[in-house]
Amino acid sequence: MSDTPAAVVVRRGAYHDSVALMRVSRALSGLPGVEAAMVAMGTELNVTILRELGFTVPEAGPGDLLVAVRAHDPGAAVEEAERQLATAHRPQAAAREQPPRTTRSAAAAADAGLVLVSTPGEYAFLEAYDAVEAGLPVMIFSDGVPVERERQLKELAEARDVLVMGPDCGTAVIAGAGLGFANVLTPGPAGVVAASGTGAQQVTCLLDRAGVGVSHVLGVGGRDLSAEVGGLSTMRALRMLDDDPATELIVLVSKPPAPEVARAVRELPLRTPVVPAMLREGGPDLTEAAEQALRLLGRPVPEWPSWPAWHRARPAAERIRGVYSGGTLATEAALITGSRDIVDYGDDAYTRGRAHPMIDPTLRVEALAAAAETDVVLMDVVLGHGADPDPAASLAHAVARTPATVVVALIGTDGDPQDLHRQAAAFREAGAAVFTSNAQAARHARSLL
Amino acid sequence: MTPLPKTALLDAPPHVITVGAGLLDEALRAQAVRTTPVDWRPPLPGTAEALATVLADPRRQAANERAVGRLLSARPHLTGVRRASEVLPAGTFLHAGPPITWERASGPMRGALVGAMLLEGLAGDEHEAADRLAAGAVELRPCHEHAAVGPMAGVVSPSMWLFEVDDAEHGGTAYCSLNEGLGRVLRYGAYGPQVLERLRWMDEVLGPALAGALRRTGPIDLRALMAQALQMGDELHNRNRAATSLLLRVLAPALVETAAEHAAAVLRFIDGNDHFFLNAGMAAAKVSADAARDEPGSSLVVAMARNGTDFGVQVSGLGGRWFTGPAGVPDGLYLGSYGPGDANPDIGDSTITETAGLGGFAMAAAPAIVRFVGGEVADAVRATRSMYEITLAEHPAYQIPALGFRGTPVGIDVTLVARTGLLPVVNTGIAGRVAGTGQVGAGLVEPPVEAFTSVLLTLAESVSDQF
Repeated sequence: MSDTPAAVVVRRGAYHDSVALMRVSRALSGLPGVEAAMVAMGTELNVTILRELGFTVPEAGPGDLLVAVRAHDPGAAVEEAERQLATAHRPQAAAREQPPRTTRSAAAAADAGLVLVSTPGEYAFLEAYDAVEAGLPVMIFSDGVPVERERQLKELAEARDVLVMGPDCGTAVIAGAGLGFANVLTPGPAGVVAASGTGAQQVTCLLDRAGVGVSHVLGVGGRDLSAEVGGLSTMRALRMLDDDPATELIVLVSKPPAPEVARAVRELPLRTPVVPAMLREGGPDLTEAAEQALRLLGRPVPEWPSWPAWHRARPAAERIRGVYSGGTLATEAALITGSRDIVDYGDDAYTRGRAHPMIDPTLRVEALAAAAETDVVLMDVVLGHGADPDPAASLAHAVARTPATVVVALIGTDGDPQDLHRQAAAFREAGAAVFTSNAQAARHARSLL
Repeated sequence: MTPLPKTALLDAPPHVITVGAGLLDEALRAQAVRTTPVDWRPPLPGTAEALATVLADPRRQAANERAVGRLLSARPHLTGVRRASEVLPAGTFLHAGPPITWERASGPMRGALVGAMLLEGLAGDEHEAADRLAAGAVELRPCHEHAAVGPMAGVVSPSMWLFEVDDAEHGGTAYCSLNEGLGRVLRYGAYGPQVLERLRWMDEVLGPALAGALRRTGPIDLRALMAQALQMGDELHNRNRAATSLLLRVLAPALVETAAEHAAAVLRFIDGNDHFFLNAGMAAAKVSADAARDEPGSSLVVAMARNGTDFGVQVSGLGGRWFTGPAGVPDGLYLGSYGPGDANPDIGDSTITETAGLGGFAMAAAPAIVRFVGGEVADAVRATRSMYEITLAEHPAYQIPALGFRGTPVGIDVTLVARTGLLPVVNTGIAGRVAGTGQVGAGLVEPPVEAFTSVLLTLAESVSDQF
């Protein structure tokens, strides 16, 4: 460990959201004289990471804020952290107008049409319940909501005739507005109902690349089609798109549903054709589902762009390690490669008290550093609103340094703010092979073994 | 259930309420989507699970709507005054706040009880009075258990007179003692000769005179009177000057007609006490809050009261059960040379005004007394605005001109207190710590968090018992 002085300060009961904290950590780490800095809530995961970084962490709980710095002048660095947190916390709304403190009060005061909940999971139910009780549709980005609560929420939503998207709904696009992690899509005839955020992103990005626009993407949450939840949101979303004049075809993206739920969904009387994109052993992958949708719309299926790796002599590859940020993309990779080493860093277990890996690359950078020369690292890089404004800045650097062979599935559109072509070039220059189809990336990785 | 407008989610990019990560709000604004960000913070520690249980209780919303609906629709009328001996059970004194024993009673509470013993002739001097009270010679019961409220110590003994307020809408009745004035008075724990002399005059002259006058006027509509007073700069807890004047205007001719020989003295007494109306207003608040009681599943607060030792809360869904925490010491302005060291912990049933959406909740209506809440009119507006976050409704009659005649925030919901961590803003007088001192100041006090969290945890248990 370094001899540079370190300090860990605990602020009891001071809450900041994980993204704000990540930004402060990042800004602090970039200051001259600061060797390491992490500002985070005291969750078990964060305390473990701090200990691994060599900090001595005092007693702290998930409701306490930890400011850890190793710097020539740790006192000054801690002060700077506090200063940044103080400015980060104030909402931009005029100080005179008091901002609402609950969704209930916001809904009473504003003429809103939708609520987007992204609080830590243990509190998301309260805000979402407010929304539904006020008769507003809600998207719950948060994960970690117990399934019984999800069921209660969706039953109330049935009574109030509103759509609940989520919990754990990462993506939605409504009349062109991207919510959560959402790509910039051309408007068009394809509607999507998705129990999987990254699955929907893959399908819509491919459709967009083939020149077919998207009307809406309605997320429903990963458990909606389970027997416990009974597909309540999926069926509502399908009916809504069926009634939508802009939608000519619906793609239903999900894991294989519970049999009784699948039956109920099939029996819905819909006028609009539905293309299922359901990942299962031996079934079509997401790319094939997008291709089927194109054929049904009478559109040609293009070559999906990819950029091969610059040739580099490597020892024979022995195993595929998946380093994913998207759960469904990880599942697809596991199905295609057969590898047991596919990790989804967007899973609950990795996001307690820290930002999603599409925003915070730390854990995936560490995984790349830990990969062996005989590994093929298969990873996704997802672009669009809400995601890291420049994923290549951190990840391409890590790709260049890893001894492993790297294959990247780059999920995005030409309209995305990160500039897909610049991102592709950066990963390619770092030595990775880059694919716009995750399925093709996975097959390529398998071919390297 | 009220029919909700059919949502047309897919017609146009929606205006989005965002709650949680600021990044997702920024991503929407980057797309020129209109957003209303919630200034969200985690709920009070240890309440998340109970909050989810109580929120998901299918009885809650309708129960709260019914309960707060009755609180809002109550039509309190001042119908008379009565000697407490007609209402009180024999051998009983009433006191403010949740139940208390002599052993745990604070200085001003003991002082007021001693004063009542002397007034009733139950003891020859203060020592004998204290000994007899310690021995349990008199039963001590909370005012709230007997449809009554009392400011500060709130002690009621048989020869004191009570305002009688009836709810013309729901039929309830509530009582509150007559206000003695400021300075050295029984309700602040003073029991010197002039205190007792004044109380005897109130028994012999003021009470009967008011009774006669009120028979002549007929019921006085307090809802209308209080609505007017709010528009004249009262918040009806720490400022009652307008309401007192309005009441005096109604009473004066009737007093002259019914008690000519005492009318001047009575009118002078009322005029000399800007808080004379407070007690009638408290009874009005009490009868309104009582209308909201006993709605199973409701998380609406129907009483907040302090006895100088404990701060107690009752909710509609849990009957007459008290939930308590230690009473805090008010933060305020002090009279003369008194300072915070002389202050007794918070005392009195006058928090019934905040329970009914007045007092601290209506602070924005009373710019004349903003020094209590920090000194600026903006502080008063902020205090009232923040209370909309923890209340279920806005009062249709009690309005605040400075907020565009918006109704006062009314109907505290314990779930909203726990979610926002915002505690009710409570205005109060400050009693001296030592028995016999009297009032030393006035200001603001923060209720104890645990009183509200324990209500919530018990409500959650009651939900589990239900299903």
